[in-house]
Amino acid sequence: MDWLFLQKYTPMYIEAAGLTLRIAAIGILLSFAVGLVCSVVQQLKIPVLRQIVGGYIELSRNTPLLVQLFFLYFGFPRLGIMISSELCGIIGLAFLGGSYMAEAFRSGIDSIEQTQIESGLSIGLSKMQLIRYIVLPQAVSVSVPAFCANIIFLIKETSVFSAVALADLMYVAKDLIGLYYNTNEALLLLVIAYLVLLLPISVVSTIIERRLRHARFGN
Amino acid sequence: MPDSGINILFEGTNFLRLLGGLWVTVRISVVSVLLSILFGIIVGMIMTVRNPVTKALTRVYLDFVRIMPQLVLLFIVYFGVTTAFNVNLSGEVSAVIVFTFWGTAEMGDLVRGALLSVPKHQYESGEAIGLSGLQIYRYIIIPQTVRRLIPLAINLTTRMIKTTSLVTLIGVIEVLKVGQQIIETSRFTYPSASLWIYAIVFFLYFLVCYPISRLAKGLEKKWQN
Repeated sequence: MDWLFLQKYTPMYIEAAGLTLRIAAIGILLSFAVGLVCSVVQQLKIPVLRQIVGGYIELSRNTPLLVQLFFLYFGFPRLGIMISSELCGIIGLAFLGGSYMAEAFRSGIDSIEQTQIESGLSIGLSKMQLIRYIVLPQAVSVSVPAFCANIIFLIKETSVFSAVALADLMYVAKDLIGLYYNTNEALLLLVIAYLVLLLPISVVSTIIERRLRHARFGN
Repeated sequence: MPDSGINILFEGTNFLRLLGGLWVTVRISVVSVLLSILFGIIVGMIMTVRNPVTKALTRVYLDFVRIMPQLVLLFIVYFGVTTAFNVNLSGEVSAVIVFTFWGTAEMGDLVRGALLSVPKHQYESGEAIGLSGLQIYRYIIIPQTVRRLIPLAINLTTRMIKTTSLVTLIGVIEVLKVGQQIIETSRFTYPSASLWIYAIVFFLYFLVCYPISRLAKGLEKKWQN
């Protein structure tokens, strides 16, 4: 183990981790938005939009992020649309994450008892009010464990961004291996970096999950 | 001209080559899935054992696999393990090792969940009518577990197929890499090749994964009660 190497290149990893986190944060926020819109469209059964959303969810869930990114990054310029690698990562993450978030929302909505909706209707709430005051608050609390899992999943998925020339953690590790052949040290730092990024999120999500289990109705 | 680019598919054996690449992808995932199911059942049964040591070990294993991106694991095996132990692993073998390592943990957790979802009185009823531990598993627990497990295992398969796209980054010639090769060779004859080829690769993945995930959904609904 070359300690000097670790010392010298740790700042590079920290910088790359910052980039990974920043893009992941934007991508995850966008995917929440996409997921919410999709699940509202599906729940309200808006005719044409509903089919489009259904198609999008199947497309995005059944293809790998790497292929989506390649299509965006190498394919789209042929249509005259140039996309920077950073933007490409964000769009890719939102495209992939949107469908996963939509499914998480849906699982929450599905968990709501029919009586809740009927009660809402019987006191004269409109469809929008029903969603706003009865469905969403309950659905979100049930969906949170799925959200946490998705957040971890999406941050993990950012590791393929190096393939579209984004200088993330993977990219730095690959670079250092190529330059200095310090494979062990470069990989060790890589593993530590991902542990530092994801372990806290994983622990927090376990705690939240445990709390929500007690808060759920009927248990 | 984007509208003539589709012809690249019919140039030479391009389409067949892409399908050949897809086969490599599918082969890696099928082998890994089968191995993962095999080991996952064992690990899952170990996970249900009430022993603090095995519990902690399997917990660490599962959490590590859940947290580490698969690409990192691929790098560790393909670049790290090979240099550390001075062995030579091909990209495909490394991929199978990594996906089995990952799949075993995920599958183990699914098996654990399915085993625990069988109500306790099922075990107790089995004991009450005098079945041995093995018989309880053979006649009561496993048949119920399998029904819960199969749709989830199929879902894991689609996840694995999607994740195999990463192996192109450790130098395995699969569908994405073949696509890149075709794009490179036709740089001048078909400038819009990258758009078409990546779109086709995209749909090839979809064509493989979509029926499988539909199957999983169908089975899940059918066996819900």
